[in-house]
Amino acid sequence: MSSTAVSTPSGLRVPGWLAPAGVAVLFAAAYLVFRGTGTLPHDSEAPQFAAVTELREWIDDHRNDNPVFLYFLNYVRLFVGGVYGLFHGALTALGWPGLIGVMGALAWLAGGWRIALPAVAGFCSFGVLGLWESSVETLALVAAAVLLSLAIGVPLGIWAGLSRRAHRAVTPVLDVMQIMPTFAYLAPLALFFHIGAPAGTIATMIYAIPPAIRITALAVQQVSPTAVEASASLGATRAQTLVKVHLPLARSTMALAVNQTIMMALSMVVIANLINAPGLGSDIILGLSRAQVGIMLPAGVAIVVMAMVLDRMTVSVARRGPHSRIGRAGLAGAGALAAAGVTLGLVLPHEWPEALTVDLVAEINDAVLWAETSWYGVTTFIKDTTSYLLLNPLESLFTTAPWWLVAAAVLLAAWRVSGVRPALTALGCLLAIALLGTWEHAMRTMTTVAVAVSVTLVIGLLLGVAAARSARWSAVQRPVLDAAQTMPAFVYLLPALALFGTTRFTAIFASIVYAVPPVVRLVEEGIRNVPGTVVEAAASAGSTPGQLLWKVQLPMARRAILLAANQGIVMTLAMVVVGGLVGAGALGYDVVLGFSQRTDFGMGFIAGVATVLLGVMLDRITQGADRRPSPHQRKVT
Amino acid sequence: MKIRLLAGLLALGLATACGGATVESAPSATPAEGSASASAPTGTVKIAINPWVGYEASANVVAYLLKNELGYTVELPEIKEQLAWEGFETGDVDVIIENWGHPDLKKQFIEEKKTAVEAGSTGNKGVIGWYIPKWMADEHPDITDWKNLNKYADLFKTSESGGKGQLLFGDPSYVSNEAALIKNLKLNFKIVTGGSEAALIKGAQQAQAQKKPLLFYFWDPHWLFSKTELVRVKLPEWTEGCDADPKKVACDYPEMDLDKIVSTRFAQSGGKAYELVKNFSWTNEDQNAVADDMTNGGMTGEEAAKKWVEANPAKWQAWIPQ
Repeated sequence: MSSTAVSTPSGLRVPGWLAPAGVAVLFAAAYLVFRGTGTLPHDSEAPQFAAVTELREWIDDHRNDNPVFLYFLNYVRLFVGGVYGLFHGALTALGWPGLIGVMGALAWLAGGWRIALPAVAGFCSFGVLGLWESSVETLALVAAAVLLSLAIGVPLGIWAGLSRRAHRAVTPVLDVMQIMPTFAYLAPLALFFHIGAPAGTIATMIYAIPPAIRITALAVQQVSPTAVEASASLGATRAQTLVKVHLPLARSTMALAVNQTIMMALSMVVIANLINAPGLGSDIILGLSRAQVGIMLPAGVAIVVMAMVLDRMTVSVARRGPHSRIGRAGLAGAGALAAAGVTLGLVLPHEWPEALTVDLVAEINDAVLWAETSWYGVTTFIKDTTSYLLLNPLESLFTTAPWWLVAAAVLLAAWRVSGVRPALTALGCLLAIALLGTWEHAMRTMTTVAVAVSVTLVIGLLLGVAAARSARWSAVQRPVLDAAQTMPAFVYLLPALALFGTTRFTAIFASIVYAVPPVVRLVEEGIRNVPGTVVEAAASAGSTPGQLLWKVQLPMARRAILLAANQGIVMTLAMVVVGGLVGAGALGYDVVLGFSQRTDFGMGFIAGVATVLLGVMLDRITQGADRRPSPHQRKVT
Repeated sequence: MKIRLLAGLLALGLATACGGATVESAPSATPAEGSASASAPTGTVKIAINPWVGYEASANVVAYLLKNELGYTVELPEIKEQLAWEGFETGDVDVIIENWGHPDLKKQFIEEKKTAVEAGSTGNKGVIGWYIPKWMADEHPDITDWKNLNKYADLFKTSESGGKGQLLFGDPSYVSNEAALIKNLKLNFKIVTGGSEAALIKGAQQAQAQKKPLLFYFWDPHWLFSKTELVRVKLPEWTEGCDADPKKVACDYPEMDLDKIVSTRFAQSGGKAYELVKNFSWTNEDQNAVADDMTNGGMTGEEAAKKWVEANPAKWQAWIPQ
């Protein structure tokens, strides 16, 4: 940034970097003077934690005699469990040929044989991988969760799309729900709905409902007002307008809502297993607790395949025109496929034939062992260097700084980037974290997030700029990014775990891989959206490509880059918290521990709340992207 | 849709009579239907799988016998120790085949809530302790006394232990006094969670083979003791009641008589399956043999169980109810 100082005519004006630099020096001095004072060390026996643990014990004792449970919560549990049981029963009753046939038929109806073929192959792969039963359980859980999510989300979405007031009321709630790390839901759910499939379904629903509401609302809003007016002027009632105009016109966008809901539900599969939800998640957790990637990888592949099949099916429904019909040939093909499957299901044994499974556990474990031993030097070097040079010093900086100094830094940073109100919200969140007794662990988690986000941004900027400048590079990169974004988050943990074992670095590595694609995309778009006239003007004024990038394109894409940072932070936090499963420690581990040891339930619960607060805080610090004008605009006005 | 939801709730409400819904009435909670009266019992037995291989060995042998001798269907859901106790209530679990103490859970679930009952000893004796590879004890003979651990804390430093010595721990759900011990014995050590039994085994094997320092949490019975030389660090001796308050523990782990816990429902209606579980009892050597086959012999749990069953007919035939 020193280049700005050089380029401004020196003399009377104070250079722009002086104030921030001065503040930084001030903070550094304050840190050196007050280091070690005003810290809030972690105490796993804090009264806050004990209080929640006691509340849990109380609830456990009164689950079957307190009226709130007896007449409300237990019924919800019962109902959701019933829906899951229904799906599971039906899917199991079809048998494997029946289910494959029916899914193939649905795929055919959705998008013709081009979709049906991969769907059939994909479902066969579950059996081949030896995961048929777990896959059916996961499918049933996802189906139950998606159905219930849509049953709640679509009406709310339509309401929010039609009424501005409803929209305003719903938006902030959805905002918080979406930046909440999924881990945080689990403890309260276990408290109210116990463990098992119903609790897992409800956890998945909470995660999957926001996109359902949001996209439905968007779909309804996008319906052209002329069509609505025309219908109203023809004397249609509001209900008729809704059913005959809004919904048909919004259909393709709403298929997208279904698509997103399914994707969200699938990405919860593993986490929901922590409260004992059945399915493929339990194979992943099994592999995790045996440290065998060979067990985890097939389950991970099965989840990715399920995601891809369901994704392609729903996307092809979304792409079809609003009034297209399915041809007779398609109907016949689909019908034949379903009938053949169901008949075979009646004839063939219920279990997937063992002769058709391929057991790869030992092979994968061997490959991982080979990678571990032969790359040991490199991976350990990377891990240790990052830990000793970056992670440990930063962690000790955050944990030994007085709390008020950190609070002041957060307040100032948020103020500068995003304005007064977000800054106060961020400060409030930070103080709440302190009051909850999770300060030290929150600081540790923040360190991990900070390191991961910085690396993500560096990589994201490099790749984004490269893609924006070279169409060919962009074309190569795009399909990779597309694929990466449809994968459930935890899938990235597996290779990280295989390479780095259970350490903080594993979580960092996984979250970088997870967060880089959207960051690259936002940066690329931001730079591409810089008006061509500006670029040309700069070029004709004799700027070198480097100058063009640093002086014109990057500053003008500031908004997009900030948005990328914001996205990166929210995604990294979610991943780092899940990383508690693989050695990330701090808040994420507290949550895991809360499920593992009854005496630590309170700590886990509160750690979950603290991750939400941390998420809101980091979001508020960086959300200035949407609100504040870029420096370029500021100078003009 | 909302109306449907309400209707569904109402229907279920009527179905479960007007007394409100308890957790047990959940449809997912199907108890083992080993009908005691019928001559050919059929039903499903759910044995929770806790994450260590010794436990899996016991569970697989019992599962094998339930399947092949008594004709039951057996499910082996992966559930960690403490959650499994809650599973008794929801019907997700019928049997915990190897329980390590847990007096607090026994009080809560057996005495107070009455959702679980004891089903006798497994015959295995279990001890938890802190271990080091043998080469360390050879080089520093006094290291095996906890009083000298602080002197050697520097040896055990790693990138994850924040300037203190590292005490490697296993799965977060394991029985653990480590935090209290470190605090109360004023040890300059930090618990680093490896996350699994496998992480502990790998650490121990590397430590002995490559002469790397390591202090770690481990337990007996375990096949590892016959493959890698390990030495236990002596903590202050266990006396009756010294570990009564989990926060004030400053003594070693006791030798525990490992036992079986089953859900009250299973004890009442489990029929022959329950009898078999109750009769099951073997030695540490038996368990280690099966566990070793599972971990190092490349066998699945079922294969290893089959091998043991075929080699030891006299032992298991005594467990089969008449």
